[in-house]
Amino acid sequence: MRFGITVFPGTWSDRDCAHAVELAGHQAVMLWHKDADLRGADCVILPGGFAYGDYLRAGAVARFAPLMESVVAFADRGGLVWGICNGFQILCEAHLLPGALTRNGSLQFRCEPSWLRVETQSSPFTAGIASEEVLQIPVSHGEGRYVAGEGTLDGLERDERVAFRYVAKDGSPAGASSPNGSMRDIAGIVNPAGNVLGMMPHPERACEPLLGSDDGMRLFLNVARAVSRGAAFAAPAS
Amino acid sequence: MTWVAEVVVQLKPVVNDPQGLVVRDGLRRLGFTGVRAARIGKHVELEVEADSEQDARESVAAMCEKLLCNPVIEDYRIDSVRATAEGRA
Repeated sequence: MRFGITVFPGTWSDRDCAHAVELAGHQAVMLWHKDADLRGADCVILPGGFAYGDYLRAGAVARFAPLMESVVAFADRGGLVWGICNGFQILCEAHLLPGALTRNGSLQFRCEPSWLRVETQSSPFTAGIASEEVLQIPVSHGEGRYVAGEGTLDGLERDERVAFRYVAKDGSPAGASSPNGSMRDIAGIVNPAGNVLGMMPHPERACEPLLGSDDGMRLFLNVARAVSRGAAFAAPAS
Repeated sequence: MTWVAEVVVQLKPVVNDPQGLVVRDGLRRLGFTGVRAARIGKHVELEVEADSEQDARESVAAMCEKLLCNPVIEDYRIDSVRATAEGRA
């Protein structure tokens, strides 16, 4: 299958994502921000970085790129869209996902391993990963504190749209070990149909034992499985 | 006419502002023990072409809603809208 990887000025994890895709045995194509063409991608990854220098707010300017109109239309048709780190920030600014990512509670840029508990089985990204499993995937961000209104947070939990939560290494609640102070320890969420995932941690940097963990590879393989099944994720009728 | 608008964008009161907390604590360490709170925001100055102050104000409000402010976490206020010297000439 083919993963399309968006490249904005300031994107920094595009090559890492392409490396992970190729390691998984699939094809990676780069999607330039000024083009509207998704080049036949089965899944679009918005990788990490500082698109447009994070001017104004992280992700605020990237959403006006010609490429983003195509990405939004692709997501609306049920296409798999995966925002990682800055990509998650962009998806929130583009209103594909609710909430916002704000400055880490510590005010520090955190680049370190994080431990994630999978909270939903209903998304193709996380299908088959049991909730008692703890994935080790690194974070690398200064603005990753997930914030949303209480009603939105309750809705995300009720509808099983929290994809990942930060936990301690042994799977217990993150407490002070949260890398950013996210509300309810949220590390990633999906849209109502489950075909759009935003997450702050970087699975593409956890795809080889040499890097300390290959847990991230499971997500890439999950996406490939979903696409090969021809799974359709129709937007729910509203 | 050209108008200059000054806009302040700030995190909503319910959103944690760690920068503000650090500044507050820093001020207290410098001896300003009376500082109760500090909140950090953004100041945006815009030059806008519009027929009237009212039009300029409405246009700036729309800009805030669409881009300058993220309503999930931020509030905005338009501090002033005034004609430029050039505009008055």
